[in-house]
Amino acid sequence: MTTTPLLPVPHVPPARATRPTLAVWKFASCDGCQLTLLNCEDELMALAGAVRIAYFPEATRAVVDGPYDLSLVEGSVTTPEEVERIGQIRAMSRHLVTIGACATTGGIQALRNFADVAEFRSVVYAHPEYLSTLDRSTPISAHVTVDFELRGCPVDKNQLLEVLAAYLQRRRPRIPTYSVCVECKRRGAVCVTVAHGTPCLGPVTQAGCGALCPAFARGCYGCFGPQDSPNTSALADRLLAAGMAPDEVMRVYRTFNAASEPFRRESERHEGEVSS
Amino acid sequence: MDRHAQVIDVDGLQLLIEVLASRGYTVMGPTVRDGAVVVAPVAGVADLPRGLRDEQDAAHYRLVPRDDDAFFGHAAAVQGAKPVLFPADQLLWRARRSEDGFRLDASDDDDAAPVALLGARSCDLAAVDIHDEVLLRRRFSDAHYAQRRAGTFVVAVTCGDPAGTCFCASTGTGPRPGAGFDLLLTELLEPVHRFLVEVGSVRGAEVLAEVPAAPAGPGDLAAADDVVVRATGRMGRVLETEGLRDVLYAAAESPHWDDVASRCLACTSCTLVCPTCFCTSVEDVADLTGDVAERHRVWDSCFSKDFAYIHGGSLRGETRSRYRQWITHKLAAWQDQFGMLGCVGCGRCITWCPAAIDITAEAAALRAATPLVTTGEGARR
Repeated sequence: MTTTPLLPVPHVPPARATRPTLAVWKFASCDGCQLTLLNCEDELMALAGAVRIAYFPEATRAVVDGPYDLSLVEGSVTTPEEVERIGQIRAMSRHLVTIGACATTGGIQALRNFADVAEFRSVVYAHPEYLSTLDRSTPISAHVTVDFELRGCPVDKNQLLEVLAAYLQRRRPRIPTYSVCVECKRRGAVCVTVAHGTPCLGPVTQAGCGALCPAFARGCYGCFGPQDSPNTSALADRLLAAGMAPDEVMRVYRTFNAASEPFRRESERHEGEVSS
Repeated sequence: MDRHAQVIDVDGLQLLIEVLASRGYTVMGPTVRDGAVVVAPVAGVADLPRGLRDEQDAAHYRLVPRDDDAFFGHAAAVQGAKPVLFPADQLLWRARRSEDGFRLDASDDDDAAPVALLGARSCDLAAVDIHDEVLLRRRFSDAHYAQRRAGTFVVAVTCGDPAGTCFCASTGTGPRPGAGFDLLLTELLEPVHRFLVEVGSVRGAEVLAEVPAAPAGPGDLAAADDVVVRATGRMGRVLETEGLRDVLYAAAESPHWDDVASRCLACTSCTLVCPTCFCTSVEDVADLTGDVAERHRVWDSCFSKDFAYIHGGSLRGETRSRYRQWITHKLAAWQDQFGMLGCVGCGRCITWCPAAIDITAEAAALRAATPLVTTGEGARR
């Protein structure tokens, strides 16, 4: 969807004297990205000094009415009620930034996109008729215009602070779109694929975590979604050649960012493939 | 040739490390971390990778036991001297807001201890020489690099056991270091474990004077020469350099680039482990308050899309143009730009490519697929 349901809001530039208001919203999600904001312990006082935290139920019951200068949105859209609510939030937000894999690609709950939701519903709930849910989990950008999408499951604290600082200083956020390998090599980590034979999604995944898993000798799980030039099929070929079964290859692409276009296409390519 | 060579034993190597430390150097040498030989601070011979060999092939690296006690029985470490002399993240300056504007902090470089590189290989030194050409000898020198470089003491080692991805014999950059060292060690194992030490500088001689050493005999010199001969014959790869520049220029529109791009992950690993790749990006960082701002220079790569971003978009949107850019610069345009090959034959880009792309194989495939138009200008090297 490309139209912006913006309400006419008075254009008041955030002056130094009047701090811009910040709202934090939750959709279908685990709250981990909101917690990342709360985990900015050393920076929280500076943040509270720079913005007025107007709506953040995860942190405080005190609510200041909108409109808001900056809305951070966590979670994906999975119910008809959420479709309506994101429209309202967009309308009362001057700037809207999505935080995390759910809000930017649909999250782990987008696994429903590959299956029959009615069947899930009937199996899980005693009275599925009480349930109103959509058959797809969609990112916020599928419903309203988003000013910036911050990746990660959860988002990285320093990247979140960078986005907030960039907003306050009216500059472009410095959020690179290259692969995790860049961060791995910069921090001097030994490549887990080459030196240990560990499957790793780092080459197709966007940086941002600081190569956290490879630095602890684990393969990358792809939490930050596809990098800007993701050769998912070449990596899949390497995984298959290393002995990974086709259904496993399908599953490594089908996690937190399963519904991102490059990962979705690649996982579907290996659906129903038989091991040779 | 009168090499003024001396011989030290294993205790002498330990003492050499201690002497360097006592002179204020941070000794950076080979050590094992996470299943690989990396260059990190070492306090003595106990930190060195004793009795280990590295099995290297395209997208493959494993440490395996040797049947001897060699300390330097491995080939190229995960990285060469690049992270030491040209760090992945260099703070250029930090500014703080003050009442009347801003003030700059003193540079962090000022109190950094000088480094002694222990175990640097011939390919590593050839790469440092290339960085010297690019970063020091041109019209404007790089102040941060210059400072680190000037203070660096180099204890080189003759490569005795090249890996499967090594081809320094093809590029004329090894396996015996010819220059660029203060001291050169050649590890000899039979009949007793010892090191032939050759002196490359005045300060190298001063350091060696503090270590008990015996004059080398003809047997020691012959054994050291034999190490070089055997290593030269055991290169795992070959790069045909004759006419390489013309081959790559002629291959500009080769369909082979699509073939490479189908395999290339555009992950940047080749460029970031390459000891000569020097591309960086400058990033400004400001905190939430905007009272502190920093400018950093970080390693960048021609394999990232944003690297070639100019107004309107990226010049090299497709991976095929990025691989072409890299290999053509490294093996051809570098010769026009700096009068040398940009490749030192260390094989790191082959070993650490998670897609097993091999620069020697790609160069050979391009040569085979490209009808060469004679320009009358031969390759310079």
